[in-house]
Amino acid sequence: MSNLLVVNGLTTQFESKNGPLTVVDGVDFTLKKGEVLGLVGESGCGKSVTSLSILQLLDKYGKISSGEVLYENTNLVNKTEKEMKKIRGKEISMIFQDPMNSLNPVLTIGKQIGEVIEKHEKVKGAKLKQKVVDLLNLGGIPRADEIFHEYPHRLSGGMKQRVMIAMAIACNPTMLIADEPTTALDVTIQAQILDLLRSLKDELDMSILLITHDLGVVAEMCDRVVVMYAGQVVETTDTRTLLRNPRHPYTEGLIQATPHQSKGKSRLKSIVGQVPTPDQYSPGCRFADRCPKAMDICQSNVPPLFEIDGQTSCRCWLYEMKEEVI
Amino acid sequence: MKHFIINRVLSGILVIFGISVFSFLLIHFIPGDPVKIMLGINASPEQVEKLNHHLGLDKPLLVQYWQYITNAFQGDFGTSLKTGRPVLIEILDRFPETVKLAIFGLFVAVVIGVSLGIVAAKFKDSFIDKMCTAFATLGISIPSFWLGILLVLVFSVKLAWFPIANGTGFRDLILPAFTLGVVASTMIMRLTRNGMVEVLSNDYIRTARAKGLDDGLILFRHALRNVLIPVVTVIGLQLAALLGGTVIIEQVFNWPGLGTLAIGAIMSRDFPLIQGIVLFMGVMYVTINILVDVLYSIIDPRVEMGTKEA
Repeated sequence: MSNLLVVNGLTTQFESKNGPLTVVDGVDFTLKKGEVLGLVGESGCGKSVTSLSILQLLDKYGKISSGEVLYENTNLVNKTEKEMKKIRGKEISMIFQDPMNSLNPVLTIGKQIGEVIEKHEKVKGAKLKQKVVDLLNLGGIPRADEIFHEYPHRLSGGMKQRVMIAMAIACNPTMLIADEPTTALDVTIQAQILDLLRSLKDELDMSILLITHDLGVVAEMCDRVVVMYAGQVVETTDTRTLLRNPRHPYTEGLIQATPHQSKGKSRLKSIVGQVPTPDQYSPGCRFADRCPKAMDICQSNVPPLFEIDGQTSCRCWLYEMKEEVI
Repeated sequence: MKHFIINRVLSGILVIFGISVFSFLLIHFIPGDPVKIMLGINASPEQVEKLNHHLGLDKPLLVQYWQYITNAFQGDFGTSLKTGRPVLIEILDRFPETVKLAIFGLFVAVVIGVSLGIVAAKFKDSFIDKMCTAFATLGISIPSFWLGILLVLVFSVKLAWFPIANGTGFRDLILPAFTLGVVASTMIMRLTRNGMVEVLSNDYIRTARAKGLDDGLILFRHALRNVLIPVVTVIGLQLAALLGGTVIIEQVFNWPGLGTLAIGAIMSRDFPLIQGIVLFMGVMYVTINILVDVLYSIIDPRVEMGTKEA
C-alpha cells in the first residue's frame, strides 16, 4: 500500500505565560491508503493536538513550530490558509468527540451538511438537497427527508454523530480524521457508529486516522497503531502485535488497564501517577516516573525510537542493545 | 409556535393589568390632595369639589378603577387638564416623533454596536479590541445629555452643519439620534463582543472550520446568529425604552416626542396625562418584549421547545 499521509517530526507549541509549551514533540507516523491507523494514549498526551495540527485547526495560541505533514507528497505545513480551506472537508475531513456540541444549534441539519457540498462542489438547489438526503441515508439516518429540516437539538447523540459522519463524507474525502468518535456515546451506539465507519471506509475507499484512548476500539477497527505518551510517539506497530506483545511498558500498562470480558476475576491494574504536563517533562524518558521497569539511564537520557522489527518501533531503553537506532 | 405566542400574549396582558392598576393608583399615591396640588393653593373649595367630581375622585376606589379601565378599553384615557384635549390624542400626536427618533437612534446603535462588537471579538486582545473597550467604557460613563450638548456645540453652533433644535426634519433628527445611538451602542457592543468570543470558542465553530468554510461565512452564518440571542433582548429593551420617550435627549434637542410631553405633564401636574403616558409606556414595553420573545424562537429553534440546552 502506498502512503497517503506522512507526518515527520511534527512539533506543535502553545504560547503560555512561561514561554512556549511543546505539546506535540517530534511526532512521526505514516497513514497508508485504505488503512485505519489508531492514535492511542491517555487524555492530555497530544493526540487531539496532533490531529488538529494536520488540518491546521489549532487556535491562535497553537503553532506548528517544525516538522512536515506530507499529504499525497505535498507538505501541508507550507500551505496558505486559503489552500488549506480547499483541503479541509474536501480531501481530509474530520469528526469530533462530542457530537452534542459539534453541530450548530441554530442551523438545520440539511443546511449544515449542504454548505460543505456547496463550498467544495458548487452544487445548489434541488440537486443539493437530493445529495444531502442521500448522504443522510448513507449515514444510516432514518426519515432523511424530515431530518433534513430538523435542528440538532431534536436528535439523539448517536444520530448527531451520524450527521457529523454524513457531513464528513459529503465530498468523498480521501482521508477521515475521527477524534474519539465514540467516546461520548452509549456502548451499544458506539458499536453501531464503528460499524458505520468501517462500512463507509470500504464503500468510499477512505483512509482513517482514528484517535482513541479505548483499546477495545483499536482492536475492533485499526490495522496499525501509534501509541503516544506526553507528546511523543512511544510505540508504533500493527494492532495484533500491539495487543499480544506490547513492547513499551506504557503500552503494557494501557493493556493491563483495559477491562476484558473473559478475565472478570483478576483486578484491573492502573498505571500509577498521571501524564505530566508539558512544563513538567523530565530530561530523560517522560514515562520513567510511572514506569515499573525504569532504569538509571531512563532518568537522564531521552530514549530514541528503536526499531525492533520491520513493523515495530519503540521508544524505550529496554530495546537499546537489541536493535539499531532508526 | 402558536401556543408559545398565545402564552406570551396572555402573560403580557397580566402585566398590562398590573401597570393599569399602578398608573390608576398614581393619583392616590401623591401625598396630600392631588386636586389641591393641581389647582394650586389659591383654589376655592368649590373648584376643588368640581374637579374631584370631574375626575371621579369622589367615588369609591373600586368604582373609580372600573370606570377608568372600561373607559380605557374604549380608548378614553381622560382629558388633559392643561389643554383640554383627550389624553390619547395628546399621546398619539407626539408618538410618531418619538418613533422616528427611536428607530433611527436604534439603527445607529445596532450598526455601531454589532459591527464594533464583531471586530473586537475577531481581533480579541489586540489594540483594536482595547480601543473598542475604551469606547464602550467612555460611552457608558458619559451622560447622554452632556454628549448631546457637546454635539450641538460642535456640529450646530461651531460648524453649523446641523440646525439647532427647532424642527423635526431629517437634518434635525441626526444629532439626537446619533446621541441616543452612541450611548445605546456601547451595551450592544459589549454583549456582541463577549458573546462572539464565547461562541467562537465553541466546538461547532471548529466543525465549521474543519469543513473548509470561509471566515466570513463562519462569522456571520455560524457565529453571529448564536450571539444575537442576548443581543436581541437588549436591543428590544432599548427600543422599548426609546419608544417610551427619551426624556432627557428630547429635552436637550427640544424634540416634540413623548419625553417632552411627559415632562410637560409632570411640570403642570396634569395627572390624567401622566397616567396615560405611564400606561402607554407600559404597553409599549410589554408589546416589544413579546415581539422579542417571538423573535428568539425564530433565531434560536431551541427556545420554542422550552428546553434550551446549556
